Amino acid sequence: MRKRSDKTLGESLRDHGLSRRGFLKLCATTASLMALPPSMAPAIAAALEQARRPSVIWLSFQECTGCTESLTRAHAPTLEDLILDFISLDYHHTLQAASGEAAEAARLQAMEENRGQYLVIVDGSIPGPDANPGFSTVAGHSNYSILMETVEHAAAVIAVGTCAAFGGLPQANPNPTGAMSVMDLVRDKPVINVPGCPPIPMVITGVIAHYLIFGRLPELDSYGRPLAFYGQSIHDRCYRRPFYDKGLFAESFDDEGAKLGWCLYRLGCKGPTTYNACATMKWNDGTSWPVEAGHPCLGCSEPRFWDAGGFYEPVSVPLTLGPTTLLGAGAAGAVVGGGLAALSRKKGRDAAATRQPVTVDELEQKL
Amino acid sequence: MSGLDPTIGHSPSGASCARSRHEHGHALPILHEIRHALERLLASGEETRIDLHSMPFGPGDLERLTAVLGSGEVQARVEALGPTLIRETAIPGVWLVDYRGLEDQRLSYQIEIAAIPEILRPRPEDLAESLGALEDRLSESGLDAAAPNASPPSS
Repeated sequence: MRKRSDKTLGESLRDHGLSRRGFLKLCATTASLMALPPSMAPAIAAALEQARRPSVIWLSFQECTGCTESLTRAHAPTLEDLILDFISLDYHHTLQAASGEAAEAARLQAMEENRGQYLVIVDGSIPGPDANPGFSTVAGHSNYSILMETVEHAAAVIAVGTCAAFGGLPQANPNPTGAMSVMDLVRDKPVINVPGCPPIPMVITGVIAHYLIFGRLPELDSYGRPLAFYGQSIHDRCYRRPFYDKGLFAESFDDEGAKLGWCLYRLGCKGPTTYNACATMKWNDGTSWPVEAGHPCLGCSEPRFWDAGGFYEPVSVPLTLGPTTLLGAGAAGAVVGGGLAALSRKKGRDAAATRQPVTVDELEQKL
Repeated sequence: MSGLDPTIGHSPSGASCARSRHEHGHALPILHEIRHALERLLASGEETRIDLHSMPFGPGDLERLTAVLGSGEVQARVEALGPTLIRETAIPGVWLVDYRGLEDQRLSYQIEIAAIPEILRPRPEDLAESLGALEDRLSESGLDAAAPNASPPSS
């Protein structure tokens, strides 16, 4: 009998007794999940039939577990679907049964057996190579050294949540832990950012499903975010947009405009400068989202959103760089980035060679 | 201004006031899209599916859309990976397909413009196996073997 990991997804699903109509339904809902047109369902069916479950290693660093909480509330596919059918989740601090040395052994085994093919998902920011490693360690090793060791032979890295994608709350001024994002540190692997505080659960699973079905990462924007979910601003997809266009704004949370559902721009809504899928995918199984609940968008999927001024101050200047600026920065960044990448790789190698577990005494001395 | 445009002012009557809170004008473009899809179905048989989950609907927009489409004569339920509820609208060829999970939560909600919704048709692979499935059931039932000598029960 073949091992479970040798089977295609189609075979695995049939072993579970899934009918062909059930499979068609899975494909129709997966197309919806990936923000693809429903007409893509047959192509998805053909790809899923032949797909193999990728090994996934999930690393949690300076985070609040909100991103994992979000994922466990995904409803299509459910977390159970993901673990049992879509991916082989070989390492996840919070969800795995193993602990201690057995847990770390599972990570190393998955890396060895799936060399060059496994996916690494990271939530949380990382104290950089020059920061005190004691701010966040796992099994006595710094977050930085674990990250660099794990991504070395990965196929790609998915940074889940604003902390992993852009530094997030830990990186907010004055950034006491020297927090850095995954893309600050990993320069020689494809990095896909799925920001949000937390990200919409369906976006997390949608990105994984895209990789599974098409065998490659989706098209990304300037910040490394998948365009299918982050291609349009909250403002452009907001159901209150017609009120903005007519100049009808709520001025306070309890005025007549607020009660009539007018635009929340003047109450600090960051929708015009925020790119995310909340307006269409919504939250809690598609029940509602912050603006529908009467609260302005905080812009949580954008870089430096914690330091971008008051949450209740109207947007007056772009919170992030515009496309033109980014284009220029990209040209310069290609040169600078190459140098930084080489430096980063050297630091990674040096750190791996000299890596030492941090003791409690050392931590107390440094803190 | 049509009755489907966003309502932006105060309305004098209670019913109109309720409408002003629950309309954002997003049903109208979908209805136009359905009209174009119906024209294609009639002209060339091309089917169309519209994913309502990806629409930036505000509160009440979906209810307004389904109210305009109305209800037809056919309702169906498919049990595969949780229920799927299919409802014909008052416009022949326009169907509402509600995909639900094992715990009855909505996975996707689509409008299908087709003679018959895709999920109601048997899969070609299943059709190919249908004669074999019938023969298996006949032999399991024992009716096939007993048929030549069977006599009607005496009263």
